[in-house]
Amino acid sequence: MIWSKHNISSPSAPADAMQVDKLILWLLRGGGSIVAALVLLILLFLAVESWPALRHIPAGRFLNDPSWNPAERMYNLAPMLSGTLYAAGGALLVATPLGVASALFIAYYSSPRTAGIYRRLIELLAGIPSVVYGFWGLTTLVPLINQLHPPGASLLAGILILTLMILPTIALTAHAALLAVPGEYLRGAAALGMSRWGMIHGVALPAAKTGLMAGIMLAAGRAIGETMAVLMVTGNVVRHADSLFDPVRTLAANIALEMAYAMDDHRAALFISGLTLMLMVMALAGMAGWLGRNPHA
Amino acid sequence: MPESVPVKLAHALRDRFAQLAVCLAAALVCAVFVWIVSDLVRGGWAHLSWDFLMDSPRNAGRAGGIGPILVSTVLILLIALMTALPLGWVTAALLAEYVSASSGFGCAVRYSLQVLAGVPSIVFGLFGNAFFSIYLDMGFSILSGGLTLACMLLPILVSTAESGLRAVPDAYRLSAAALGLSRATTLFRLLLPAAAPALAAGLLLGIGRAMAETAALLFTSGYVDRMPGSLLDSGRSLAIHIFDLSMNVSGGDAPAHASTLVLIVALLLINMAAMRLTAGWQRRKIVSE
Repeated sequence: MIWSKHNISSPSAPADAMQVDKLILWLLRGGGSIVAALVLLILLFLAVESWPALRHIPAGRFLNDPSWNPAERMYNLAPMLSGTLYAAGGALLVATPLGVASALFIAYYSSPRTAGIYRRLIELLAGIPSVVYGFWGLTTLVPLINQLHPPGASLLAGILILTLMILPTIALTAHAALLAVPGEYLRGAAALGMSRWGMIHGVALPAAKTGLMAGIMLAAGRAIGETMAVLMVTGNVVRHADSLFDPVRTLAANIALEMAYAMDDHRAALFISGLTLMLMVMALAGMAGWLGRNPHA
Repeated sequence: MPESVPVKLAHALRDRFAQLAVCLAAALVCAVFVWIVSDLVRGGWAHLSWDFLMDSPRNAGRAGGIGPILVSTVLILLIALMTALPLGWVTAALLAEYVSASSGFGCAVRYSLQVLAGVPSIVFGLFGNAFFSIYLDMGFSILSGGLTLACMLLPILVSTAESGLRAVPDAYRLSAAALGLSRATTLFRLLLPAAAPALAAGLLLGIGRAMAETAALLFTSGYVDRMPGSLLDSGRSLAIHIFDLSMNVSGGDAPAHASTLVLIVALLLINMAAMRLTAGWQRRKIVSE
């Protein structure tokens, strides 16, 4: 920012210009304050709506009740929590190697022209709406899995769809992290006569490690919070999954499914799951931001 | 050294294997992309027609078209953009030109945006339902859906506009200060026009993000598929229409495919326009420097 401390405009209209500048500064500050307050407002409303349930239902019951059956005042969120973690974890396991390989392909293995096209394709993949992924999964992937092992709507379908959705996040952040590796490292590796994979494995990936981790955290946040696509392909049965072919229900899907008719404590329980999701994602985003600021941690 | 030959061979093999794996992964991603797009185009093409775009849905969407749904989608978009654009660009100007990144206020705004960018859309839906629909008493309406979307769009609008403003060369600011221009004049006459392509690209990306959104609108703008009479009527967006047809309406696959195709084509056009804007802008900047 380059500004003279005092305005040096022409002597005829300095007062006016100063007034306008001051007005604009306050306007900008007002806008910034609204944005900063928005997060607090969201947290406040989630907390206020969850409060009725938090007040007279002990926290342990959300994990230890016999089942999720709001009509009979049973609020066991544990199966949904496990569904969310299985789906997100599985998607991360598949998407991380694919995403990092995509970034390596763009950065080191392809001609600039191919790299440009491939990068654009990844960006378009990122722009496809979740409802479209869900619809495609429902009409194409679920019948295919059904032939393999009924009933097609399963944890596996959720993992595959989520993989597609978070792959662009991982690939694009990994590519940015690889671009940030100083060129002299790579030239040094080449001068030592390292093979291409030796250079990538021994120099580029370790140097880009924190950037990669930050990208994976962001992707994890996205996978945990994803609603529509997962809702459309996972079958939405509330129980702990025993195998990849079992249907599951995630926390986010549960909110979308039951919010329409939820009342009182049931509604509050849904807001509690929303609050849980938000806190999980905030922690992940905070960790990603911290990794970004401390690249040598 | 006799033992170095097998080691070298092993290294060369490993190198080849890594190259093969990376290229296979890239090919796999391309193949899946082509698979998805060809599936959607094949499924939707037959049902798509001018009448489909203009007609009202009949029989829960199994017959008829998506006319009122397109109108609701556009109205929701307009509300969201009219709220989020001024707020987002004002915040971007503040962050890029007025407060330093290390000041407390700048940090708070930045952290807040970072959190907003990560909040799952279903949580925005819960918030919108509790705040706009119930607390502010807007009910299930296009207005409350649009305002909820506006909250979601803020991070992307701010980050694109801020990076656009930061990319304006400092020489512009120095020259303006040397000419004795006031800060307001510099901002409005010099910096914002110079960053206009970035602002436009951010606007397009925001439109794309808003059109793609489903979960945040489920409990804010609602399901009603009639032509909206006012902004306080409930209106169904295109994404929700696809969701409803494929999940809740048996025999709705053909119109769902066609609606999906409409949505995808609109989004592809918007995204490509945004990419072209940013690419052309970067090229011009590099040439002019």
